Amino acid sequence: MPMIPARLSMLTHPINNERGVCFFCSQCNRACQVYADFSAGTCLLNPAMKKGKVDLFTNSMVRKVTTNDQGKATGVSFVSKVDMKEYKLNSRVVVLGASSCETSRIMLNSKSKTHPNGIGNSSGVLGHYLHDSTGASRSGIVPSMMGRERYNEDGVGEMQMYTPWWGDNKKLDFARGCHIEYGGGMGQPGYGAGSGMESMRKYIVDEFGKPSPNGGYGEGLKKDVRQLYGASIGRAGRGESVPRFDNYCEIDPSMVDKFGIPVLRFHYNWTDQMILQAKHMQDTFEEILTNAGAILLGKKQGFETNYGLAAPGRIIHEVGTARMGNDPKTSVLNSNCQAHAYDNLFVVDAGSFVSQADKNPTWTILALSWRTSDYIIEQLKKKNI
Amino acid sequence: MTGCAPEDKATPQLNLLDGGTKGGRIEEEIRRDQASLSDEFFSEEEMKKIKILVDTIMPKDATSPAASEIGVPDFIEFIMKDQPAHQTPMRGGLMWLDFESEEKFGKSFLALVHEELIAIVDLVAWPESATPEYEGGVRWFNMLRNLTCSGYFSTEAGWKYMDYKGNQPNVWDGVPQEVMDKHGFKLEEKYIALYLKPEQRGKVAKWDKEGNLIG
Repeated sequence: MPMIPARLSMLTHPINNERGVCFFCSQCNRACQVYADFSAGTCLLNPAMKKGKVDLFTNSMVRKVTTNDQGKATGVSFVSKVDMKEYKLNSRVVVLGASSCETSRIMLNSKSKTHPNGIGNSSGVLGHYLHDSTGASRSGIVPSMMGRERYNEDGVGEMQMYTPWWGDNKKLDFARGCHIEYGGGMGQPGYGAGSGMESMRKYIVDEFGKPSPNGGYGEGLKKDVRQLYGASIGRAGRGESVPRFDNYCEIDPSMVDKFGIPVLRFHYNWTDQMILQAKHMQDTFEEILTNAGAILLGKKQGFETNYGLAAPGRIIHEVGTARMGNDPKTSVLNSNCQAHAYDNLFVVDAGSFVSQADKNPTWTILALSWRTSDYIIEQLKKKNI
Repeated sequence: MTGCAPEDKATPQLNLLDGGTKGGRIEEEIRRDQASLSDEFFSEEEMKKIKILVDTIMPKDATSPAASEIGVPDFIEFIMKDQPAHQTPMRGGLMWLDFESEEKFGKSFLALVHEELIAIVDLVAWPESATPEYEGGVRWFNMLRNLTCSGYFSTEAGWKYMDYKGNQPNVWDGVPQEVMDKHGFKLEEKYIALYLKPEQRGKVAKWDKEGNLIG
């Protein structure tokens, strides 16, 4: 099984004199204090603002893109969360980077006489080809890892190892592939530390082989929680799903959010392929964990629960809904992420994807938005937009 | 209340650029936290019961403090307000204690002596041996035990008890060699040249005019 050190967007060497370097505090999820961990705000916005050419409007909920009768986007209309009033911003170019579904929501809500179905929706494709990853998991406790020696296992950030599928693809009964992510280790005890003793405590046995009773209280419980620390391992499969026109989001005609902006509603179904993929994940995890000497926790997910296949959207790497393509009849954006409908409207988030691999679209989003930015600059210089 | 509120502990400023976060809260979150901290959920009597219960679950021992000494009751109080879905089940369980104590000993829970108290707790603390009529109580005690553990082990004293070695100043260099040797593992040859070398962490990268990394 290939075990690959996961690549993370974290600096271990200084790249310049402005961003810092990881010092292994393992607080990445609370925002990196030295900007070693990539974040759009600190690593892209901050330097842009230092150049003095950016006006940043915060607490501003965009409702729609405004347009004129000359076939141009003219700016955006937004609600200020501070005073709950509506404002308009005019601009020569509008770039949407609100994240897949939200960008489509804004475009679908940008109805006008010329675009009664929302801006960029003459194809009827806006909102469609919504695409998220598959996910299923299993965990276990390894007896030989109970009460193990302590050392720093925080390392650089959170994801440490990664296993792309290594077996013979010809023997599989489903489309696409997946990889395995790992959980466990002697990480920082936080909310949830020591939980589950009502069912896991029995796996701890004393020197005479006598198991602890499940549940309980007292000094024995404390000791058993400490004994289990670092002994549990989790396997999470993350896979590529088949993109479908019929997986989509649309405006919900009966609901608005607290700003009075119509919200989305979602239609998404896994194909049988994805259910078989999840089944394969469960079989794989059971085999790996058993051979690693682990006690498997919980019941193996079966047919009734789609083998533990996570509900659509739960893997939170959704892409699509404003897919790119050469034909305006079947796509929203061209290869420069420029709307077929308005040449001064662009999308720079994952909305432009037609599908994705297992997950982790961020670097591709960055590459595409960089390419689109260069294109916008070139077009502005040529006065094409 | 306990000195654990975000405003009580000023985090050091480590930002290199202007505007670095204090690792804290936005306005909306500060207001919510303050509302949660100033509202009171548990009555004085309920807090007394909670204190007894958390100290039963996580008592003082030779090397570590009791749960009530490190703020676990206040933590549970905060959780009740932060996650209101816990309120009814928690309150229900605390009320049940008095009912059961009256039935068994003719006294309220807070008037029991230690052995009597343990006898009541024992009815719901052991999922495998609890009788069917205490199934609800078992679920309540499981919730209480899990919250107590969360509150206990997420403190400095809790980290010390677990012997957690992270979140300390260090230059991480992977799993220590002694541990690798003990378990019979070696680093893969092909990656060794790529691994972070602690002594090179300070070297600033060099770029060419096209933005390619050259050193």
